[in-house]
Amino acid sequence: MQSELTLGPNLFHWPAEDKRDFYYRIADESPVGTVYLGETICSKRTPFFDDTDMIEQVADRLARAGKRVVWSSLSEVVIRRERRLLEAWSRQEGRELEVNNTAALMALSGTPHRIGGLMNVYNEATMDWLARRGATHFALLPELPRHVLAVLAETATRLGVSLEVQVFGRASLALSARCYHARAHGRTKDNCQFVCGEDADGMRLSTMEGQPFLAINGIQTLSHGYLDLMEDMVDMAALGVTHFRAMPQSCDMVAVTRLYDAVLRGEMGAGEGGAKLRALGIEAPFVNGFYRGRAGADWVPRQHEPA
Amino acid sequence: MTATLPVKPELVCPAGTPAALRTAVDAGAENVYCGYQNATNARNFAGLNFTPDEMAQGIRYAHDRGAKVLITLNTFPPAGRVDLWTEMADLSARLGADACIVADIAVADHIRRRHPQMRIHLSVQAAASSPEAIAWYVREFDVKRVVLPRIMTVSEIKGLVDEIPCEVETFIFGNHGLMVEGRCSLTAYVTGQSTNMDGACSPAACVAYDQQEDGRLATRLGGVMIDRFAPHETAGYPTICKGRYLSEARDGGYYAFEEPVSLNAATMLPELIRAGVHAFKIEGRQRSRAYVRKVVAAFREAVDTVMAGDEPKLADLVALTEGQKHTEGALKSKTWR
Repeated sequence: MQSELTLGPNLFHWPAEDKRDFYYRIADESPVGTVYLGETICSKRTPFFDDTDMIEQVADRLARAGKRVVWSSLSEVVIRRERRLLEAWSRQEGRELEVNNTAALMALSGTPHRIGGLMNVYNEATMDWLARRGATHFALLPELPRHVLAVLAETATRLGVSLEVQVFGRASLALSARCYHARAHGRTKDNCQFVCGEDADGMRLSTMEGQPFLAINGIQTLSHGYLDLMEDMVDMAALGVTHFRAMPQSCDMVAVTRLYDAVLRGEMGAGEGGAKLRALGIEAPFVNGFYRGRAGADWVPRQHEPA
Repeated sequence: MTATLPVKPELVCPAGTPAALRTAVDAGAENVYCGYQNATNARNFAGLNFTPDEMAQGIRYAHDRGAKVLITLNTFPPAGRVDLWTEMADLSARLGADACIVADIAVADHIRRRHPQMRIHLSVQAAASSPEAIAWYVREFDVKRVVLPRIMTVSEIKGLVDEIPCEVETFIFGNHGLMVEGRCSLTAYVTGQSTNMDGACSPAACVAYDQQEDGRLATRLGGVMIDRFAPHETAGYPTICKGRYLSEARDGGYYAFEEPVSLNAATMLPELIRAGVHAFKIEGRQRSRAYVRKVVAAFREAVDTVMAGDEPKLADLVALTEGQKHTEGALKSKTWR
């Protein structure tokens, strides 16, 4: 299978017009082959973009530009509103759907669907089980080390399903029922006044000694560091990984996806791509420790990778 | 609506060691839960958990006294290591365990196919928090009981009980946190050990206490400062979601996720029983025998009192967390969200 770069779901609450313009630019200028649309984090945000014509216009424009559009589900489903949203989401006919909560499997079992990067697929037997019930594509959790990923890639190849790994952007580390954005501002989820919209890449949490540590995005906690697995993409493709996911951040995503795509196609060396990525002005360190079997916040140069 | 009497909830009590198992059974636990000495359970700490022989003896002890043993296989096997989890499931069946508490699809599938007589309880680590998610697990794996995440109000729990085709277990006492369990890589981000795959949240080997020159005490996990305490403050164990951090939105350090409080649902007990909850879980496999005896005995009496139609002595239960801050957690209202 030909390797492909994708653009994961936008995790953040950007102004709707900014989101629209962002995706228009992706449609016109980015080499990604697939774009995931849909609110995955907070059901309160959907009236702004997801429930408007804007998202349909974006989807049309992306499709006309030759991109495959996949619709991602909410990740946390507890209250009635979330259950209703998920139910409606699962009934979109003719659309490719990516599941981020097991509640969606009740409706989709037996029909083709994708398993999203917020689902717990840790081993080959779980992957096999889900593939037999309609899963055609698996996006993996960021915390998996290379040796686990290698077995999953072998399994995916055997099953004839595609496999996706996040290679760029903040890593999702935790989900909660509480909104930590609202909490930071002395509010609760019910009266949040959408304060998460103030932080385009999440709200920085630093340790008491001033070391930047985590990024808060509503109910989600992300890494402060940005994943960068650019120099491992060719190795992963050889293992059987078919799709490489860049997550939307507020930096120049056209530039970011062009660099990853060029490295993936062998048109640019990983060293050059990495240097150009670091020249884009992203104000956070790059991390790859999860993949290297170390602390996720670490950066471990490739030559030190255990055999 | 039919005016049926609520079911009598079973007390599900922690057994980190064989001695704690016997203590919990003697104090009136209907269920005890415990795990093996490896990554197949989410309290994979040195000095805790059971050898196969100890598990066999523990099950015999419990069964002789009418109690059930639930085995925690509640972590996620990483690819290439699934055999360890299935071997532990096979062992549990051979030993006559009453149920396995499971989070991973592959582990649930193995038990369902190989040990059809074994009850499956869906672990809180599976993060099934809607009727649809729970119904899916029941349909696919014939799950008999779901352990609910600690993030639901009593009225939400009541709604669930009415809607789902299996028993419901809720936490009533012990550790309190609002992160969705089973969906957290925070420990792995700073230590490289995964809570889901290795069964360790904030492993002790990665913890450091660091006396600062100004008299303050810093607590660290994997080198990252999780909190810093003034000399008059009591230093807590460094767990990322209980730490204090800095944010531009706040002046000074604040508990960005949750205060260091423990869950005590004592005052909610009558309401939870009326909601039709089938089992009450007491957290604390890392706790001492004395703690287990005191907590189990107090809740035993309280549940029996409510079932007899009397008012429980709530003050006794509240006193269990005396000296510590406690909370009814998510149960009381949704204003914490």
